[in-house]
Amino acid sequence: MNVPADLKYTQNDEWIRVEGNTGTVGITDFAQDQLSDIVYVEIVVDEGETVSKGDACATLESVKAAADVYLPVSGKIIAVNESLPDAPETVNNDPYGEAWMVKIELSDKSELDDLMDAEAYEAKAKEEE
Amino acid sequence: MFFPHTDEDKEAMLRTIGLDRLEDMFQAVPAARRFPELNLPPALTEMEAMAEMQGIAAANETTQDLVCFLGAGAYNHYVPSAVDSILRRGEFYTAYTPYQPEISQGTLQAIFDYQSLITALTGMDVSNASHYDGATAVAEAISLAYANFRGKRAKVVMSPALHPHYRQTVHTYNRGSVITIVGDDAENNPQQSPEALLPLIDDQTALVIVQYPDFFGRVYDYTSLAEAAHAVGALLAVSVNPIALGLLKPPAEFGADIVTGEGQPLGIPLSFGGPYLGIFATRQEYVRKMAGRLVGETVDNRGQRAYVLTLTAREQHIRREKATSNICTNQGLLALASTVYMSLLGKHGLRQVAELCYHKAHYAAQSIASLSGFDLWTKRPFFNEFMVRCPAPVAEINAHLLDHGILGGYELGEEYPELSDHMLIAVTEMNTKEEIDLLVDVLAEVSND
Repeated sequence: MNVPADLKYTQNDEWIRVEGNTGTVGITDFAQDQLSDIVYVEIVVDEGETVSKGDACATLESVKAAADVYLPVSGKIIAVNESLPDAPETVNNDPYGEAWMVKIELSDKSELDDLMDAEAYEAKAKEEE
Repeated sequence: MFFPHTDEDKEAMLRTIGLDRLEDMFQAVPAARRFPELNLPPALTEMEAMAEMQGIAAANETTQDLVCFLGAGAYNHYVPSAVDSILRRGEFYTAYTPYQPEISQGTLQAIFDYQSLITALTGMDVSNASHYDGATAVAEAISLAYANFRGKRAKVVMSPALHPHYRQTVHTYNRGSVITIVGDDAENNPQQSPEALLPLIDDQTALVIVQYPDFFGRVYDYTSLAEAAHAVGALLAVSVNPIALGLLKPPAEFGADIVTGEGQPLGIPLSFGGPYLGIFATRQEYVRKMAGRLVGETVDNRGQRAYVLTLTAREQHIRREKATSNICTNQGLLALASTVYMSLLGKHGLRQVAELCYHKAHYAAQSIASLSGFDLWTKRPFFNEFMVRCPAPVAEINAHLLDHGILGGYELGEEYPELSDHMLIAVTEMNTKEEIDLLVDVLAEVSND
């Protein structure tokens, strides 16, 4: 299981990479593995939209399940990965890279304190495996 | 196959929940109410019961006994006998959802064929396995459009010339929701052309709904509505009579995004109003927002062609609160009936049926228009149904027609008060020239002469 040390994680298996005041959001390697082959991605927020922590930002469908991706933090959407819906398998192949879903301008950096670090997330994922 | 519980099964279940007898489960019901005297008449033998039921059934007047010129959404077409005999085969007769492809290949293939035929007829990319009827199919089109805009557009422009029952169903579906429906209000003159809807279409509009041919039988090319809808990003839904598509341009060609329809004319008997068949087809890009079941063709592990329910991950029983709709029931047997019907007729046969309807209806319209006091109120191209303004109340004329064994046209005043003296007359391939001439002769008796 790949759990990069420089990211923050949610209970719902999303990750966020924070650079300055900007966060990039996707789902974890563990999540893509549990879902199996992803066949459909829909980003359900628009650029410029003001969003809250816990809002759904994307919908995924795999051959065996459908899942929503929730935002780990509040803020304003500054970019969405428009090429991802055309290549949903990217989520399986490169969950921490090409398969980012949205970029968000954080409105409250203290929300990051509620998220897990890599070690805590790996422990949680191992327990669920 | 249905296996009832055996006595052993029941005992095991009772043991599990800690009871001795089945009656113990009804202790909460007051003893006096538990087995009330029902005051029923004495039991009949099968022979007596059959005689009584047949007596009741004989009081019905059906299209077998009467000459029928009534349509308004349900049409008296010929149903080839092969339809019923295939429908009654035991392999098909249980219309449960075929979750287990291993044992359901026949049913799945029938649904797949149904979907293929509907896409060919409508020009759409995908069809679901059907809905309840034409009315609920239109209502589901709104759910699709609303989901497509992720709830950000809540306005629906609906033609006043959409079937009144369909409009009622749409309003029922959307009561208490955020959807606003415009265009079908009472002050809107149903006689106006579809272009009157153009000013209502704006960037808040999710869907524009029209009927083809419309409720009054008229045929419009909806290109300008489709263009106006698409210019602001909205979708166009077209509710069709599938028989008419044997003759008319498929809605895909003038820009429809969703095609719905009442499938009854495709080999399904009138049956006093149901069960019928809801047709629902759309473009590929909206397939994941489409409600209901979808059967796909694939290859099994031995390389053989096989059929399965597909896109099930998005289905209602998995996604629940996130599903576009909670309707997943399809009309399996009726979809099969329409599949057999379309297969028997083929595309040339379907065109022949449509042409017969068209020509006979035009012959009837012309003959009625020549009667003094009757005006042909349909001034533009129509398919198999047309409006006539009558010199007397429609109910009176229909009573007179019934005395001559004729089921007259639909009384438009029932739904459109401003059309109180207007009758909507439908003609199908079932109406012979002699029957049409009889209708004209009887109408002549009530004309102004």
